[in-house]
Amino acid sequence: MDTTHLQRQAAFVRKNLFDQGYLDEQFIQLEELQDDANPNFVEEIVTLFYNDSARLIRNIELALENSPPDFARLDDSMHQFKGSSSSIGAKKVKKECTQFQEYCNAANAQGCIRTFQQVKQELVILRRKLETYFQLARQTA
Amino acid sequence: MNLGGGETVKSMSMPNSSVSWKSGDGVTDQFPAGLRVLVVDDDPTCLMILEKMLRNCLYEVTKCNRAEIALSLLRENKNGFDIVISDVHMPDMDGFKLLECVGLEMDLPVIMMSADDGKNVVMKGVTHGACDYLIKPVRIEALKNIWQHVVRRKKHEWKDFEQTGSVEDGERQQKPPEDADYSSSANEGNWRNSKKRKDEEEEAEERDDTSTLKKPRVVWSVELHQQFVAAVNQLGIDKAVPKKILELMNVPGLTRENVASHLQKYRLYLRRISGVSQHQSGFNNSFMGPSDATFGSISSLSGLDMQLPAQSLATLQAAVLGRSTTKSSISMPLVDQRNLFSFETPKPRFGEGQQQQLSNNSKQINLLHGIPTNMEPKQLANLHQSAQSFGGMNMQVNSHGSQSNSLLVQMAQPESRSQMLNEINGSHRIQSSMGQPIMSNGCASGVLARNGMANNARGTLYNPLSQASSVLDFSVNHGTDLPGSSFPIGGNAGISSLPSKEMLHEDVISETKGTRGFLPSYDVLSELHQQKSQVWGSQNVGLTYETSHHANMRGSCDVSPSVIVQQGFSSIQNNGQNRSAMGKAVFSSGQESAHGNVPNISQQPNTFLLDNLLMVKAERFPDASYHNTIFAEQLGQEDLMSVFLKQQGDTGSVESEFGFDGHHLDNLPV
Repeated sequence: MDTTHLQRQAAFVRKNLFDQGYLDEQFIQLEELQDDANPNFVEEIVTLFYNDSARLIRNIELALENSPPDFARLDDSMHQFKGSSSSIGAKKVKKECTQFQEYCNAANAQGCIRTFQQVKQELVILRRKLETYFQLARQTA
Repeated sequence: MNLGGGETVKSMSMPNSSVSWKSGDGVTDQFPAGLRVLVVDDDPTCLMILEKMLRNCLYEVTKCNRAEIALSLLRENKNGFDIVISDVHMPDMDGFKLLECVGLEMDLPVIMMSADDGKNVVMKGVTHGACDYLIKPVRIEALKNIWQHVVRRKKHEWKDFEQTGSVEDGERQQKPPEDADYSSSANEGNWRNSKKRKDEEEEAEERDDTSTLKKPRVVWSVELHQQFVAAVNQLGIDKAVPKKILELMNVPGLTRENVASHLQKYRLYLRRISGVSQHQSGFNNSFMGPSDATFGSISSLSGLDMQLPAQSLATLQAAVLGRSTTKSSISMPLVDQRNLFSFETPKPRFGEGQQQQLSNNSKQINLLHGIPTNMEPKQLANLHQSAQSFGGMNMQVNSHGSQSNSLLVQMAQPESRSQMLNEINGSHRIQSSMGQPIMSNGCASGVLARNGMANNARGTLYNPLSQASSVLDFSVNHGTDLPGSSFPIGGNAGISSLPSKEMLHEDVISETKGTRGFLPSYDVLSELHQQKSQVWGSQNVGLTYETSHHANMRGSCDVSPSVIVQQGFSSIQNNGQNRSAMGKAVFSSGQESAHGNVPNISQQPNTFLLDNLLMVKAERFPDASYHNTIFAEQLGQEDLMSVFLKQQGDTGSVESEFGFDGHHLDNLPV
């Protein structure tokens, strides 16, 4: 049986996520909420987040299409998205969001566009890593 | 759990029986398990996480992603929840608006949340009465202790109930951090502690029927309240300590504790108003500004000889309040509006303010079309102002022309101040023409309001003047129909129950329509209100509130509307008499921002109370009624009292120690 091995792998992936700054303490909060009644709570939340993020990302994209963009609106949309991503502990994503908001404040459209690409990228990377992790974790449950 | 101040558990009997754990001091074996939490957040991820966290804390959670839904849930189950947690940024309703509504209507503790931890936002939470502010992402540890807010509030309510002059910690923190204030609070606190110990036994005995206190209550009558406000203004809101107020008032039989308690409520009220205005207009300053104004305005109304009496005020307020309930956007303005009415202002300053406030709407609703001539220009102005603050809404029924007659309700646009001013001046001449252009000025709304049209400003403002007297009742006691329309809210400036003003009717009607637009202009209203309050504060009552002053100074829009209103009003009242002199005085002074030394202290009778009453009531009223609060001029002050009392009966929840219904402040969010 590879349970122990899988467990170790899962632990390793998880540790990496923290060490490399993909996840922060909030993720642990989620893990602590997981219990027998909700054995897949963390995964459910992450799934919910990604589903909902599509909408928020789209809002920002639309707002960015304007030239010049409405920075107040952008900032507001990003604020929402940032709140959402911080709730699952998506540390790198959150960092890019903050950067984006700074560019909004500076009314720097190019900066916003660039940073937004970063945001999306970090989202994708995190998603893949988490999926790997969850697969492992499920197998070891 | 620390129940505070030396009180024993047994003394904490909380009469709330809706929740199983809430018995006695609320400390049962289960507590805080079972705490009924309503959590509102548009973000589904956060909402789910919060729900889980709260469940883990053994709370009973209801989650909701729309503020409107949350409000209806709360309304449907008045006692169904113990605490509300809400996000600040929500698409359908601003979290602060929800906070205000909940505080006013249900008096539940509300915790705000946001990823935004900026000082301004947090401060907003404080001023709007949030009992706590959590930064997202929220940790479960932060949620574990939210029960303390429930207990604290109950304790405070209880203490207020039982003790005169109690100063709750929670409320205390809402007070402006002035030294004088602080020391007085501290003193009171000390006093209270000792009193608490002394009274504990007594309280414990009475615990079971807290609702039937045997302590003799001070009845804060209109006159008494006026005296109080006058004293406070004289001292300066920041420096008004109960002891000095008591001395100034020089009322035999009144104790310092009575004053202290009343003061506390007053401050809360002011703060709330201020917060509302601020919220709306994004101002960060002056707590007192708007609140002062409103307060003053309300009282001034009551002080008016004219019939605008409290009833109309109440109506207006009710209308205002009522309106706000339905629309979150309005809620804020309503509060402000309420106050508007009370402007007593005949002070020139007031006029100034009004002018300013009148923003550029050329159309000004003459709220006080029918206002009996007794109304002083100032008062008119006040009304007007209120109207204005209500919003730049369309009230403008009439444009300028005959505005002099009635309160020019100018909804919200400060730019037209000078316009208003001119108009008002022009309208002076009209006075005699009751049937005149007053109406044309679009006062219609105001007039209509008078009759308490119970209809929402939507368009039915038209109330025959004769019905004016019913207005008050209407507004006050109607749960559903706040005749608020009479007041400037949106142009209905219920100003006056001009009895004979047929012409007003038309205008009113039109105004009503105009006012409709009022609702949506939340911002406008807030802006108006803000301005207005500032002016009022300074003008009407000679408020010495610093904040209000500042606010006034700041605002260019000061209460000009009210000034104008007064102007018009007086002209109307005088049936031809040209009070224009008065009005002019008012106006002329008007352009500057108000600075209030208007010694209208006497007029502040129950504005405060009314405010509270109305506030509470208003929430229940539908929007429509809002516009209908046309104040029947004929309503006298006595009516005000009755209104209050009625409201009290109506709401059944005001049990201030003043024995006055007006103090719904107890229910104000702390």
